[in-house]
Amino acid sequence: MAFTNEQMERYSRHIILKEIGVKGQKKLLASKVLIIGAGGLGAPAALYLAAAGVGTIGIADADAVDLSNLQRQIIHSTADLGKPKVLSAQESMEAINPDVQVNTYQEFITSSNIMDLIRDYDFILDGTDNFPAKFLINDACVMAGKPFSHAGIIRFKGQLMTVIPGEGPCYRCVFKNPPPKDAVPTCRQAGVIGAMAGVIGCLQALEAIKYITGTGELLVGSLLTFDALTMEFHKIRLPKKDPDCAVCGEHPTITKLIDYEQAACDWKPGEKV
Amino acid sequence: MAEEIKVDDTVDITDVVCPVTFVKAKVALEELEDGQVLSIRMNDGEPVQNVPRSIKDEGHQILKLLDNQDGTYNLIVRKAGEE
Ligand SMILES: [Zn+2]
Repeated sequence: MAFTNEQMERYSRHIILKEIGVKGQKKLLASKVLIIGAGGLGAPAALYLAAAGVGTIGIADADAVDLSNLQRQIIHSTADLGKPKVLSAQESMEAINPDVQVNTYQEFITSSNIMDLIRDYDFILDGTDNFPAKFLINDACVMAGKPFSHAGIIRFKGQLMTVIPGEGPCYRCVFKNPPPKDAVPTCRQAGVIGAMAGVIGCLQALEAIKYITGTGELLVGSLLTFDALTMEFHKIRLPKKDPDCAVCGEHPTITKLIDYEQAACDWKPGEKV
Repeated sequence: MAEEIKVDDTVDITDVVCPVTFVKAKVALEELEDGQVLSIRMNDGEPVQNVPRSIKDEGHQILKLLDNQDGTYNLIVRKAGEE
């Protein structure tokens, strides 16, 4: 594939970087990333991945754009209210970069559709806001051998880690099981700072770009936490892959995907996750 | 007469401006095999000041800079392998 003059200009700041270069940009253009959730994390991540020239971006989200989303979900605008989030996200990404092929999945991820969704993608980005989805994404990616970025945000705090199945601990090695469904507030109840969601979503996009181009060190075996109130980042070394992990251990007990029950106040009619 | 250098490919970067000048040269070098020679036609001024230096920083070998006497130069570069 030869670059057009326009592409050389569009991606010039990448190509100039020795660590990315011509080869790295070609890898990005040939890559496929699936973003699950077009919310506070997925919105900035999708914009940066589209701008970076990730050739195929899948976006999965069942919701429509709601006024309360716009404080942080910067891929959607006021004119998009009521529109399916995946369509609004697709329009924004295509407007930024016509090189990008956007695939939309207007559905909730469940144990019955997630394997089909992730199959064609090189890297998955978890931009969901609830534990059942996070464990489902982890287990599916481990079973399918797909690398992914986990992230979570609440109030002024965020965290992320990258999982490459077989190379380091998975999300379940570290967090074992979803907390009791009434024990955890979600950002709907607890609040969240939009710019902080942006910080974490951008870090997820960075991990995807580094994975695709083979640049630098990934957050495999580490959890990066960020506190926006104190402006402190902490990189916590995680224990090695747990041999007793229920999904990636030596004798996995989870061999079938689980749809955990979502906390009651987050339940919406027709929502399965 | 200087010794003849066999040029394997040429690229004209007089139609673009910084930083795409260097990018276009870098993309052209990418297409070559290690040890092959590229002739890069560039404008006087900023390109001739910066592009040779950037290419040298990438580890390639600058063989010659020829003044075309028309406000352009031809930079002759031998491609180096990756470190
Ligand atoms: Zn595990």
